[in-house]
Order: sequence, then structure tokens, then C-alpha cells
Amino acid sequence: MDLQPAAAIAPEDEPKLLEALRAGDGEAYERLVRSYGGRMLAVTRRLLRDEEEARDAVQDAFLSAFRSIDRFEGQSRLSTWLHRIAVNAALMKLRSKKRKPETSIEDLLPGFIEDGHMAEPPEAPWREGADALLARGETREWVRRRIDDLPESHRTVLLLRDIEELDTAEVAKLLDLSPGAVKTRLHRARQALRSLLDPDLQGEGA
Amino acid sequence: MITCREFVDFMMQYLDAELPADERAEFERHVSDCPPCGIYLEQYRDTVTLGKAVCRDPEGPVPEEVPEDLVSAILAARGGSD
Repeated sequence: MDLQPAAAIAPEDEPKLLEALRAGDGEAYERLVRSYGGRMLAVTRRLLRDEEEARDAVQDAFLSAFRSIDRFEGQSRLSTWLHRIAVNAALMKLRSKKRKPETSIEDLLPGFIEDGHMAEPPEAPWREGADALLARGETREWVRRRIDDLPESHRTVLLLRDIEELDTAEVAKLLDLSPGAVKTRLHRARQALRSLLDPDLQGEGA
Repeated sequence: MITCREFVDFMMQYLDAELPADERAEFERHVSDCPPCGIYLEQYRDTVTLGKAVCRDPEGPVPEEVPEDLVSAILAARGGSD
């Protein structure tokens, strides 16, 4: 696969680039794609987990951005605007896919007995904390795989809030949910992820 | 005194500093009285940290590269859509 390194666009260069894009300058379009395409592809890969669909979503996102470049008012950075468009393009693809029935998240949440105590309270802290785990190279891949094990509707909210760093209101709008529902889903997704990480983190410290 | 179920329900708001002062005090009282909930809170906090870190490269920003054939496809599609 041929890869072209990205050339960063400084904030002060954005107005000039926008002007060139609006004038239909082909080189400006190429610069935009080369500068932001890689980051957008990383976003769509995370959400879609399918290389072909991820590439299609990036293409859809750029075509959508090209069409609306005249309406971009420069209130946010160009990179932020394109990031949102890429997220939206990936979500459109996710919605249009026929997915297997979602597994229930309930089994991954703590159970409670009648008096409000946990049915199976944790007995001991994890053998390592997050900082020690992150010092090891393989940790990220392991956590990524556990995130992929979450039910889709919860995985999407966790990705958008904790990884893509969109705020609650933005995620609510993108997913057509209330802000309260986004918060509930995020909290449940994090608890479920804790349950998925837990078996590998039991036992004595290394 | 809040129950463990309420403690778990309030955890995210607690970590986001969204609990009013009186509920925050109740929450902190529970964690000091209930070691399993303290462990659960720590594990939840670590989970959030791990989740957020998963796509960040410790050595710096991930190289942002875009496959050449994708660049060509996008620019060709733009030409076709004019």
C-alpha cells in the first residue's frame, strides 16, 4: 500500500486554503485530502472495523465536505469540522448495515440483591492499575479488543465520548438520543468494559 | 446512607464532579464504609483511563497517513461530481 505522509496545516493557513477550495483549486483539494484523510480514516476504521467500509466512509465524508465547503464558517478548526463529518459518515454506514441481533449488556453489569448490596462484590483490587498497564505495549491492543466485545450500541457511545471526545450533546444529536440516554449508555458501557477487563486483572501483582 | 446500587448509579456523576455537595458527601461516606464499592470505583476509574488511552500513542501523535489509492479515488469522485 502506498502511503503519503501528511502535511500539517497550521491554523493561520486555513483561511487561505479555504479560499482556494472555494475557488475550485484542485491542488487545494488534494492538500486537504492528504492532510486530513489519514486521521479521518483512523476514525472510520475504529467505528466500522471494516477496511472497505472505512474507506468508503472517508470518501463519503470528503464529498460531503466538498459540497458544503461554502457553508463552513470557520467557527471551529477545519480538522474539528472534518472529524465530525467523518464520524457522521461512519455512523450512517453503521445504521445502514444489517447487524446481527445485539447481545444484552445486562450480563456485563453488576447485579444487586434486594437490600441494594452487590450480588458479587469485587474481592480485591486489580493486580495492576491503569498507569502500570499502559506502560506495556500490548495493553492498548488488549483493551481495543475488549471494547470490540461490547454490544454495538454501547460500543458506539463509548467510542464517541471517550475516544473521539465528542461531548454529550453532540453524541445525543448524532445518535438521535436524549443527553440523559447518552450518559446512561456511557456509564453502562464503562461498567461492561470493566467486567470484560476484570478476568485478566485478577490475582497477585506481577 | 446510600446503597451500593445507588453508589454505582452515581459513580460517573461523582467522577465528573456533577454531584451536589450533599450527595457527594453521602457518596464519599459510602466509599469509606464499604471497601468493595471502593474497589469497584477504582476499577471503574482505571477502565475509563484505559479506554481513553487506547487510541493514543505514548510516543506521540499517530502518523496520519492516507493510502494513495484512496486519495486518487476521492479526487476522481470530486471531479465526477462537479
